[in-house]
Amino acid sequence: MQVKGEYKPLIVAFCCNWCSYAGADLAGNNRLNYPDNVKIIKVPCSCRVNPMFVLRAFQRGADGVILCGCHPGDCHYTSGNYYTRRRMALLFSMLNYLGIEKERTRVEWVSAAEGAKFAATMNEFTEAVAALGENKRLEDLRCKK
Amino acid sequence: MQRIGVFVCWCGSNIAGTVDVQAVSEALKNEPGVVFSTNYQYMCSQAGQDIIKNAIKEHKLTGMVVCSCSPRMHEATFRKTAAAAGLNSYMVEIANIREQCSWVHKDMQIGTEKAIILGKAAIAKVNLNAPLVPGESPVTKRALVIGGGIAGIQTALDIAEAGFPVDIVETKPTIGGKMAQLDKTFPTLDCAACILTPKMVDVAQNENIRIFSYSEVTEVKGFVGNFDVKIKKKARYVKEDVCTGCGLCTEKCPQKKVPNEFNLGMDNRRAIYIPFAQAVPKVATIDPNACNMLKNGKCGVCAKVCAAGAIDYKQQDEIIEEKYGAIVAATGFNPISMDKFDEYAYNQSKDVITSLEFERLTNAAGPSAGKLIRPSDGKHPHTIVFVQCVGSRCAACAEKGKEYCSKICCMYTAKHAMLTRDKYPDTEVYVFYIDVRTPGKNFDEFYRRAVEEYGVHYIKGMVGKVAPEGDKLMVQASDLLANKQLHIAADLVVLAAAIEPDKSARPLATMLTASMDTNDFFTEAHPKLRPVESPTAGIFLSGACQGPKDIPETVSQASAAAAKVIGLLCKDKLTGNPCVAHSNELMCNGCSSCERVCPYGAITYIDKEFRMPDRTTRVRRVASVNPAVCQGCGACTVACPSGAMDLNGFASKQIMAEVDAICK
Repeated sequence: MQVKGEYKPLIVAFCCNWCSYAGADLAGNNRLNYPDNVKIIKVPCSCRVNPMFVLRAFQRGADGVILCGCHPGDCHYTSGNYYTRRRMALLFSMLNYLGIEKERTRVEWVSAAEGAKFAATMNEFTEAVAALGENKRLEDLRCKK
Repeated sequence: MQRIGVFVCWCGSNIAGTVDVQAVSEALKNEPGVVFSTNYQYMCSQAGQDIIKNAIKEHKLTGMVVCSCSPRMHEATFRKTAAAAGLNSYMVEIANIREQCSWVHKDMQIGTEKAIILGKAAIAKVNLNAPLVPGESPVTKRALVIGGGIAGIQTALDIAEAGFPVDIVETKPTIGGKMAQLDKTFPTLDCAACILTPKMVDVAQNENIRIFSYSEVTEVKGFVGNFDVKIKKKARYVKEDVCTGCGLCTEKCPQKKVPNEFNLGMDNRRAIYIPFAQAVPKVATIDPNACNMLKNGKCGVCAKVCAAGAIDYKQQDEIIEEKYGAIVAATGFNPISMDKFDEYAYNQSKDVITSLEFERLTNAAGPSAGKLIRPSDGKHPHTIVFVQCVGSRCAACAEKGKEYCSKICCMYTAKHAMLTRDKYPDTEVYVFYIDVRTPGKNFDEFYRRAVEEYGVHYIKGMVGKVAPEGDKLMVQASDLLANKQLHIAADLVVLAAAIEPDKSARPLATMLTASMDTNDFFTEAHPKLRPVESPTAGIFLSGACQGPKDIPETVSQASAAAAKVIGLLCKDKLTGNPCVAHSNELMCNGCSSCERVCPYGAITYIDKEFRMPDRTTRVRRVASVNPAVCQGCGACTVACPSGAMDLNGFASKQIMAEVDAICK
């Protein structure tokens, strides 16, 4: 999805069904723009996101991966987002070893009422990833021409 | 291989405006597994659903993808459509190309390309879907209403009328809430007590309703139809079933200097008290922070005068455990604190009061027996200034006020101004406003009467400062329409304080796993189509805990919530969510990682016999998920080190397939 001469990073956003996916819907309802290269995958809870999914996305050519969940204390499943926070802290701390800049990943809390925050987060994250440039290190050449 | 049908919706111009739907359905035709692809103006319409049903039968579809609005909107609709045509409901996936595509992108080419990718991701997922059959769970036919204001009262009465038992939990010693403190109600000027207290009596007399006053919910477990709730009944040191409510103890108690919270501290009550004459339940309560007997064991007057022998100084908090099928949050609102608004001199002068305090001052059962007086010297005020939007619509002062409109202030200020002029025509009344908002049946007519018939001075402009000077309050304000500064020497200043959700709402929302907005109001499942339900199944919303509301609106919402609860309790069985975790016993090594992260205790370990290749048997300890308890969060699937745990509907392979499709 590259427009001539303009680099747009590909962002995979995992959104929990109860807060962040609804927040993304609200951003749509309010017609708040964010980059089209942000693609959302719905998961029941942010804690469903296996670190493997994040690595898979990088392997297949994603330039940034963001996880969005309910605010601490507001998880629909009581404690799922706490697991996410810890698991991802661990994963992110190891990314440098794999040759992926840590800044390409992020965990954000977006509630169902925060459409504006969702759009702003995506805009800002895309900018930050774009500044890093294309993610080449973990690109699997067998899968991406 | 699946046989997948793709149905691209135009949603009128909502999608078709920025997505070339024809191109999307063409592009998805050649995806793996797709045997049919089409587009239509409104897939959710009867005609659209018929297209889907016919295609399922004609092309023998085993799965389908609808590229349309958010699954939060119409996933249920399309699942029903599929089921009606004989396709398993869980073979349906939605590609959200409206909220997350056409509405956020303006360029046709960009929108179309993104829609195609989202469609491909959904197709990749549905290729790996498996038919799921939901389990069933029974429904406990009892409802819990948290909050005993007019919202909770109306909800409980409606549910009880339908024949279901209801419990009301109220933190205060009596039900009635804020409405019990009001004098008159707009726009009809009905006396609040005259319309509220009969309802309170109905609640007390209804055999389907139990009232837990002076109580709070401390724990909520379970799920829709099967909530396990713990209620703490605080010790009131009076036996509820013995006390006759005669009130003798409240006259004889020697501790006379306790600020009376029902009158907002404008007068005093005793250490043993009944909040107001029509309280329900009409039972005395001892304030443990004020009672000499409870503090240092010296007194015991109330026990001596109580003919019924209801006083029990040794009473303990009691925990009640009960099962409920549905829970209604009706926790209401409070005016915000005026402490940070120094410019209005609220803490410097007793004659600067809030509107709720004004309400008590004009109430016949209030501290001045309904006589409008200055709280400082008891004199009659001749000039009254009402200030509207104190802390409301205050985007610039978010640290002390609220960004939203509190909705009820324009109308109650008009009511206060009108009633003051009606009762005391010699009093000059000024109202300072930003805008006057009166959208409601007979509301604008009411406001205009205040201006035209009663001669209330409405001035557009905000008050900059209130300064006490002698026994007057000097009000500095600007008149925006006349473009001049005003200085008014007022006797009484009334602040229309913004309203905020009750402080108990936040911890309650956490217990209920119900979501809240940034202002701590409960979020509804859909702002327009499901306004009385929380996104969490089985939790319903009633009254101002969901947003600022006046009484007519609160009562309508309360009845609506009751109707939803009745609809739920009428069912004997609920179909559960089949998207639950399951363990592959061959891969499970019984390590307990999943058990430790499960927030519901849905995972247990069983000893299972496995037949080995050499025809011997071996017993191994493996995880087993109780599908009735599992809520499908997926925490265990990630915790499992051997990859034995997976989640129906969101299997690891499915999510990876989506990732692959997006990153292609």
